[in-house]
Amino acid sequence: MSSRTLPLLFINLGGEMLYILDQRLRAQNIPADKAKKVMNDIITTMFNKKFLEELFKPQELYSKKALRTVFDRLAHASIMRLNQASMDKLYDLMTMAFKYQVLLCLRPKDILLVSFNHMDAIKDFVKDTPSILSLVDETYRQLIEMYTSLSHGEFQLIRQTLLIFFQDMHIRVSIFLKDKVQNSNGRFVLPTSGPVPHGTQVPGLIRMFSCTGEEVTRLQFNNGGNYTAGLREGSFEMFGDRVTKLGTNMYSVSRPVETHMSGTSKSSAQHTKVNTAPNPLAKEELNLLAKLMGGLEVQKTGNADSGFRVNLFATDEEEEEALITRPDELSYGVINIQATKDHQANAELAKIMGEFTESGHQSPSASSKGDDLLAMMDGL
Amino acid sequence: MYHKEKSIQIKNSASALYNNLSVLRIAPRRLTYFTVVHANVVNMVSASWDGLNYSHRQLQSKEPNVATSTSLIMQAAFCVLPSRELLVITSQKGIQMYESDGSIMVYWHALDTPETPSAQAVFARGISAVWENYICVGVSSGSILVFDVPSKGSNITLSEVLEEHKESITDIASECSGSQQCIADLVSADDGGNLCVWKSGEEFQLLNKIPGFDMSCSSVKLWKGTVVAGYGTGQIRLYEAVTGILHAEVNAHARWIYSLDIAPFSGLLLSAAEDSLVRVWHLTVSQETNSVEVAHLHNECVTDTQICGARFCDGDGYAFAVTGYDLSEIIRYTQT
Repeated sequence: MSSRTLPLLFINLGGEMLYILDQRLRAQNIPADKAKKVMNDIITTMFNKKFLEELFKPQELYSKKALRTVFDRLAHASIMRLNQASMDKLYDLMTMAFKYQVLLCLRPKDILLVSFNHMDAIKDFVKDTPSILSLVDETYRQLIEMYTSLSHGEFQLIRQTLLIFFQDMHIRVSIFLKDKVQNSNGRFVLPTSGPVPHGTQVPGLIRMFSCTGEEVTRLQFNNGGNYTAGLREGSFEMFGDRVTKLGTNMYSVSRPVETHMSGTSKSSAQHTKVNTAPNPLAKEELNLLAKLMGGLEVQKTGNADSGFRVNLFATDEEEEEALITRPDELSYGVINIQATKDHQANAELAKIMGEFTESGHQSPSASSKGDDLLAMMDGL
Repeated sequence: MYHKEKSIQIKNSASALYNNLSVLRIAPRRLTYFTVVHANVVNMVSASWDGLNYSHRQLQSKEPNVATSTSLIMQAAFCVLPSRELLVITSQKGIQMYESDGSIMVYWHALDTPETPSAQAVFARGISAVWENYICVGVSSGSILVFDVPSKGSNITLSEVLEEHKESITDIASECSGSQQCIADLVSADDGGNLCVWKSGEEFQLLNKIPGFDMSCSSVKLWKGTVVAGYGTGQIRLYEAVTGILHAEVNAHARWIYSLDIAPFSGLLLSAAEDSLVRVWHLTVSQETNSVEVAHLHNECVTDTQICGARFCDGDGYAFAVTGYDLSEIIRYTQT
């Protein structure tokens, strides 16, 4: 559908990832300098010029599998390591948070404001490092250039494209359940109260006009909700009050990232259907993915001493338990980059992907490379 | 006024697309067909009137001779012509036309898709049967393709391309199929909220253009010479088709409207939006005195659901059906 969806999906998911990692780094008492390094490294990688160039090109959305691969890579762009269970949990939280924001946006154009909220927070994370700050500023400019002139209808198309991506995802997130914004069946609460979107009138009025344009009758009707007048419009510039709270950091010291995976198994009303049929277009997507990943420079892991593991669960046992008990239908079926052990395979993958970028157009040898890459990914 | 009936379960959940429900009533066989779009699949259910038999079918968006497809479907709609009924499915790749039971594809029209994706999305959206033998389909470029449909067989041809809209077509509607009494029998709407009113024929004639105010019109209907349009602002506006005179303006919904439907014999209007509400209105159009009245009759709230399709199941509006994003059922309501 919309070929302008990927940058928004990536930036918002990335933003949520940073909120969660920031909170977990604090919770695990990781030394401040290491924590800062992780955040800086990830943000630098996210806004890498070459990577952004690929991201902003008009293209269809990637499959869930492909996007998950990009985020796996991003999460490992620094000295921090995540086991698969933690990575799964991280991705669950990221995607459900953004799904929530997209659904709850008062109007489609507000998705851009949500993106700016994420960008504002990212900017704050790196405000002490001018070199990274300039990368972030450049991204603001690209977002403004690409999106501020789009019509409401085009934003709705972007929103509809995102909603297809998030279709049937009903993973329960403890912080959402606690706040009562998500029901126990995994569906979000859509209130019929609160302010109407900017540009919309509170429902309830029928006006009828004569042929000369004079208002002839006014009728009121019961709108069945409890709506209030719309708020002022948020700022679409580099600085400014975004007005909406969607996309701001919902985690804090008093509201930590919950580590308990609240029973997402067979009891959930809907399950995502895993498509196991071989996808003949996988190779094409792989090429695009390789181009994108080619821009994601793999950071030197440095000496083993500076590396550390972040756990999205309270204990190692819980993390292990989560991996074993994760329902099949929620598996992302993704390339398992087991960074803890397969450093060798990782390097090889990175090299092949790098080569893909250089080879440019499809050549006969490229297609066999694609097969190798596919096979390798399946085998990992 | 209405009460909820037993829902029909469908194989997949509905996608968030405008006008995502189409209904075809087959009186001789005491059946009703429903279609709901999910990503690249159309879920079709055939429901018997006694509520005992349901049969399901799934149609994929694909070019003939291609095994799989990643083309997303924008809309599926039944087109009722005097001689036959077809199911039209529009996607990113093109337009498919099937016999109304979904059994055979009778026609395929490919859209011009560029080699590499461009910033402007390519897709077809907006479907309507017009008069005796035309089916009109809108395109993302703003063009409207007019297909000439013979009374049987697959010799469907592209008869004309109407180039008037500059923005993506969102919806198309018609009235007076098979009758000569209408001055205007087709209305088309686009992403900018602009409406075009046409008279069908060997060469379609543009009768009027009603400007939008940069607010997308997602659903449009034509009844007794009156255009009923639903907008992204949640407003419904009623215009006299040929003159563009604004008859009525309703602050109907708190969010983007996704679907409108009219029961032609009773003048009931159905509106549904992202705000979880379905509303029933009554329209009185008096073409002699040139007056239009709108009265609000009823609300139904589908809790925690952004509604994407709502249709009357019969010409009197005795029953209606609703679909919502992420919902795997068709919810039905009947008059008490």
